[in-house]
Amino acid sequence: MLRLPGGNPRTPRHLISAADLTRDDAVLILDTAEEMARVADRPIKKLPTLRGRTVVNLFFEDSTRTRISFEAAAKRLSADVINFSAKGSSVSKGESLKDTAMTLEAMGADAVVIRHGASGAPYRLATSGWIDGAVVNAGDGTHEHPTQALLDAFTMRRRLVGADAGIGKDLEGRRITIVGDILHSRVARSNVHLLTTLGAHVTLVAPPTLVPVGVEQWPCDVSYGLDEVLPKSDAVMMLRVQRERMNAAYFPTEREYSRRYGLDGLRMARMPEHAIVMHPGPMVRGMEITAEVADSDRCTAVEQVANGVSTRMAVLYLLLGGSETALPSAARTEENK
Amino acid sequence: MSKILIRGAKILGGEPQDVLIDGETVAEVGTGIEAGDATVVEAAGQILLPGLVDLHTHLREPGREDSETVLTGTRAAASGGFTAVHAMANTFPVADTAGVVEQVWRLGKESGYCDVQPVGAVTVGLEGKQLAELGAMHDSAAGVKVFSDDGKCVDDAVIMRRALEYVKAFDGVVAQHAQEPRLTEGAQMNEGVVSAELGLGGWPAVAEESIIARDVLLAAHVDSRVHICHLSTAGSVEIVRWAKSKGWNVTAEVTPHHLLLTDELVRSYNPVYKVNPPLRTEADVMALREALADGTIDCVATDHAPHPHEDKDCEWAAAAMGMVGLETALSVVQQTMVDTGLIDWAGVADRMSFRPAAIGRLEGHGRPVSAGEPANLTLVDPAYRGAVDPAGFASRSRNTPYEGRELPGRVTHTFLRGRATVVDGKLA
Repeated sequence: MLRLPGGNPRTPRHLISAADLTRDDAVLILDTAEEMARVADRPIKKLPTLRGRTVVNLFFEDSTRTRISFEAAAKRLSADVINFSAKGSSVSKGESLKDTAMTLEAMGADAVVIRHGASGAPYRLATSGWIDGAVVNAGDGTHEHPTQALLDAFTMRRRLVGADAGIGKDLEGRRITIVGDILHSRVARSNVHLLTTLGAHVTLVAPPTLVPVGVEQWPCDVSYGLDEVLPKSDAVMMLRVQRERMNAAYFPTEREYSRRYGLDGLRMARMPEHAIVMHPGPMVRGMEITAEVADSDRCTAVEQVANGVSTRMAVLYLLLGGSETALPSAARTEENK
Repeated sequence: MSKILIRGAKILGGEPQDVLIDGETVAEVGTGIEAGDATVVEAAGQILLPGLVDLHTHLREPGREDSETVLTGTRAAASGGFTAVHAMANTFPVADTAGVVEQVWRLGKESGYCDVQPVGAVTVGLEGKQLAELGAMHDSAAGVKVFSDDGKCVDDAVIMRRALEYVKAFDGVVAQHAQEPRLTEGAQMNEGVVSAELGLGGWPAVAEESIIARDVLLAAHVDSRVHICHLSTAGSVEIVRWAKSKGWNVTAEVTPHHLLLTDELVRSYNPVYKVNPPLRTEADVMALREALADGTIDCVATDHAPHPHEDKDCEWAAAAMGMVGLETALSVVQQTMVDTGLIDWAGVADRMSFRPAAIGRLEGHGRPVSAGEPANLTLVDPAYRGAVDPAGFASRSRNTPYEGRELPGRVTHTFLRGRATVVDGKLA
């Protein structure tokens, strides 16, 4: 049976915030993603589910990896994909978000996957009445990036619980540590919501300058020291730290940041044996993560990219599926051809 | 000009009385006044106030006539019960010369709906670098006495000190938009629990409070007058309270929206709630109400800030800051201050007419309702209840945060020097 993500009554047909997902919503998406991952292991990696549907990737920020991940996901579901990049488009000539969105809808978009530099832009798109299609937040400003959190949770469940053993399960009792620029991170915000919903215990680690005022209301712990948290972590997620932050006095130098908050081999050795290292990419090697850690088999960065396609397939499928056919039989139909 | 008899109105909320207007002045106040040949306005159950005075209005002309003109803005003012408004200087060109302030002053005269007292910029082009010709603006036909770079903060301490000193020569006042610029780079909303969750750039309370603290000390040091625009935080209240306890010449205003709305509304990402200073927390709102009631905050000022629809029909970060407020100000004050028992209607007259007129040294406004005074009067029906419908606004802009919200009270009549500008709730 199909269900749509988005527990927020104002955005029921959309995926705007990880906070809108219930525990059961999230587990359904992860279970569906697991089914999708199995499709990827077949010689023909394609399902007919979204044939005739149009997905628009509306990207106001450069993000090749997220865009191609959504593109691959939509194409594996047989959807038509239109990529709209703000660069060189009418947006650079002063067209508003509203007009751009209405133009795309007029061209028949069933879903709009939006990446935007302004926090809340996907929410505006979903609630302003500008368009009717489903809206998927592919990262908005420093607000949220819900599909990244879903693929992170998917990766954790596979690694810490197991691909098959994990079906139907959440992340109850797992201890997840997120390290880096929390203040400017949409990945951190979405992960705090989602991982907490899935029963995990989240600890944020950052210098005090990179933790938002008001974080005390978040359902997680905050630590200014990495070393004491590492031995109590089942997964450690390293966030990219942009060098420009240094100029705004968030920290004194790159070297000081690396010394205090970077993950190197010595620090990794303090983690429990089963614990994994995660990174949403792009990594800044030598800054928040050393090459030794990035290239170790405990680091799931590449796996996360692959899982991203499966997870985004699951989200698009659940949002747009609309057919009475449940997934396994749809898969069989394709195989029988 | 003919005579008008307002019958049975509660003057400043007191016992019902009759008020006879003859020409431009109040001729008689009492009971059982014969109507004679006067036009009678039956005002049983209504409150009669001195015409409201706004210290902080953006009329947008010259330069942004797409959002408001002096004519549409003064019509909005009259609808809201105002008989005088102070037009802020951040127009295009900036009101930083005698020429521009005289133009705005003349447009106000021509409109006929409400007196327009131009505010002069403190610095050339609002740039905060060089003092504008404050003396020339004062000596002009516009007679400027309030100076402000509103929209921008006079953040250079030396420029602020000099401005405070300089305006003493003609009893002027500097109205400061308190916003430390470095602390508010990229700021989008109040910094706190909600901004952390929404991922919108934080606008810390300290950015306002640190400037206010500096400026009350500067005003004390040079023995001048400083007025704090749109005070928005509980901390700002504490600083102003402390400065007043020292006997320093400090006054402050609060907007209606900061008396009612909080940053929780930003969760909708609807830019109609985007305003400078930003909406703060419930605790701030309560502190502001209390401060307005006890006189720490002297007056209510609208910060009426019209914007065209397209400047709000977009994503939050791209949207303009500001709300229209002239036509809803009195209703919001009734709801937050009168209906809550914090002040009575005499208090409303004080905070929305007497005090702002006194701070602006505005003659002919903010006067008691008694014989011989100019007939600048506002009649309010406090029993009225209705949802705010922006389509009915006289303002050219519709960017109100109250659309669909039920607010109490309605201005039924406004009189500008004896001439009705609003009759039965409609512009005359």
